[in-house]
Amino acid sequence: MSTFALDRVTAQFPEAVAERYLDRTGGSWAVIHAEHLPKVAAFLKNELDFKLFTSIDAVDRLHLAENDPRFEVVYFIYSLSRHEHVRLKVRVSEAHPEVPTLVPVFKGADWWERFVWDFYGIRFTGHPDLRRVLLYEEFQGHPLRKDYALRDRQPLIPERPIKDIFRGPGTSGVS
Amino acid sequence: MADTHKPASPPNPEAPNPDIDAYAHEAELEAHLQTKRMYVNMGPSHPAMHGTVRMKVELEGENIASSDCEIGFLHRGFQKSCENVTWTQCLPYTDRLNYVSAMMNNFGFLNAVEKLIGLEIPERAQYIRVIGSELHRIHDHLTCVGATGMELGGFAPFLFAVEARELVMDRVAELTGARLTTNFGRIGGMNRDLPEGWIEKVHKSLDKVMELVTEIDGLLTRNRIFVDRTKDTGVISAEDAIDYGWTGPCLRACGVNYDVRKAKPYWVYDRFDFDVPVGEKGDNYDRYLMRIEELKQSERILRQALKQIPAGPIILDDWRIALPPKPEVYGTIEGVISHFKLVMEGIQVPAGEVYDCTEAANGELGWYMVSDGSGRPYKVHVRAPGYPILSAVPSIIKGKMLADLIPTFDTINMIGGEVEQ
Repeated sequence: MSTFALDRVTAQFPEAVAERYLDRTGGSWAVIHAEHLPKVAAFLKNELDFKLFTSIDAVDRLHLAENDPRFEVVYFIYSLSRHEHVRLKVRVSEAHPEVPTLVPVFKGADWWERFVWDFYGIRFTGHPDLRRVLLYEEFQGHPLRKDYALRDRQPLIPERPIKDIFRGPGTSGVS
Repeated sequence: MADTHKPASPPNPEAPNPDIDAYAHEAELEAHLQTKRMYVNMGPSHPAMHGTVRMKVELEGENIASSDCEIGFLHRGFQKSCENVTWTQCLPYTDRLNYVSAMMNNFGFLNAVEKLIGLEIPERAQYIRVIGSELHRIHDHLTCVGATGMELGGFAPFLFAVEARELVMDRVAELTGARLTTNFGRIGGMNRDLPEGWIEKVHKSLDKVMELVTEIDGLLTRNRIFVDRTKDTGVISAEDAIDYGWTGPCLRACGVNYDVRKAKPYWVYDRFDFDVPVGEKGDNYDRYLMRIEELKQSERILRQALKQIPAGPIILDDWRIALPPKPEVYGTIEGVISHFKLVMEGIQVPAGEVYDCTEAANGELGWYMVSDGSGRPYKVHVRAPGYPILSAVPSIIKGKMLADLIPTFDTINMIGGEVEQ
């Protein structure tokens, strides 16, 4: 697998790249310092034609041998002209789980960042609408963290008040 | 009292009479009517919202001023469940992702795990995977096209689609033993071979299915009502679609030629002669046409694969990966031990990580997996193709008519199981 994109990124922003390695299957990875992520993503998109935003997820490394900092946010972006994915990683600590958002660069980052916030509690600073996406607002904790027990139970939540119901003409079922 | 009254002038027959003439106060007719914005909940249980999605739509008259998509009603904790079972036990969970084309999820998952271990599966198993995938691609597209037709007022195409689906389902049931949740394939190959006489049956069923597809095509493609509802509605530009991360038929409808089967051929897809249809405008009609055309292309692939399929083993002969044959389990101590270890401890996937993708019915089905070297996955991330597609819906229907939401929601073919994991 080609390392073209990450070579270019390393040449352009040597200060942004913390580590480079190949995984077991030959996939090329770069660990990026969180504060440089938006400019690396913009460079990949605008200069290197990595435009198709594939996905974001995170890994909680709590039980792995190497677990400091605790979280890894992974990014996959695809190039339609080169037919390859670029794989980026950002490591954030448990104390400051914050990564700058990619929404200004890729619209597709919106829901994926909400997903990672929902399940790992990693904040994306600058995200326009960082709400939970699959779970409900009253949910306590972030279930894909390794310290969230598999059989953990959530408290019952009070019914949300219904406000501003506009009923049109008619009896609305009330006799 | 002074007489200020003037004698009433006789009515002028030329002057507009406001009682009978609607155009007497033309300016008032053109005046902007101050309407109150109305909030409509579409879903989570609504006949036109597939799955369980809730769209909070803010209407101004009949136009959508803004909308918010609320998902997660079908969330089952897919990732968390996978992290707590062995790799093989994850497989039934993958059925429930895209439950309309379960085999593609099965095989996509297996393909990623095999890549992580570094396995090359037998050729016959690769052919069976192609055959299963394409059968289920037909199944998925038929569901989408039929439902689109039904929700736009045509019940007949839906019935034709269901009849064709039933034929595919029968063949799938013969192959896998289940109609919907197939749980087919194992790490390292397949768990069972094609049944006897099955290939001829598939050929016969395909004849009938394609006949029904022609019928659906004839009923919808040039149908005035259908065309009016779908053409130029739900339009998305190619740039936006790429930016949002669209893949599959929905992206190709925008004119972007990206199909994982052609871009990065996996299994034996490079041995078949098939075309990838590409649209132009990125509207609902093009997305519908992509699916109709892909049905025909899938049939082509199927017929070639059924002709070419070689004889041979269907699973690796490695007892650390695949269960030993039953006579070995009951007859030899090595067989018993391998069986026991595989069932109790799971397949030992070496520590590492992988991102791998296959082309599912709705687009790129991506898997990012992390193994810590134990028998259980440390992390299974699934990139469901419907997730980024659904995330773009609020922006493409903004300012459009409420009625356009229905065909848009149909043709993007959002599947609750995979989007909400």
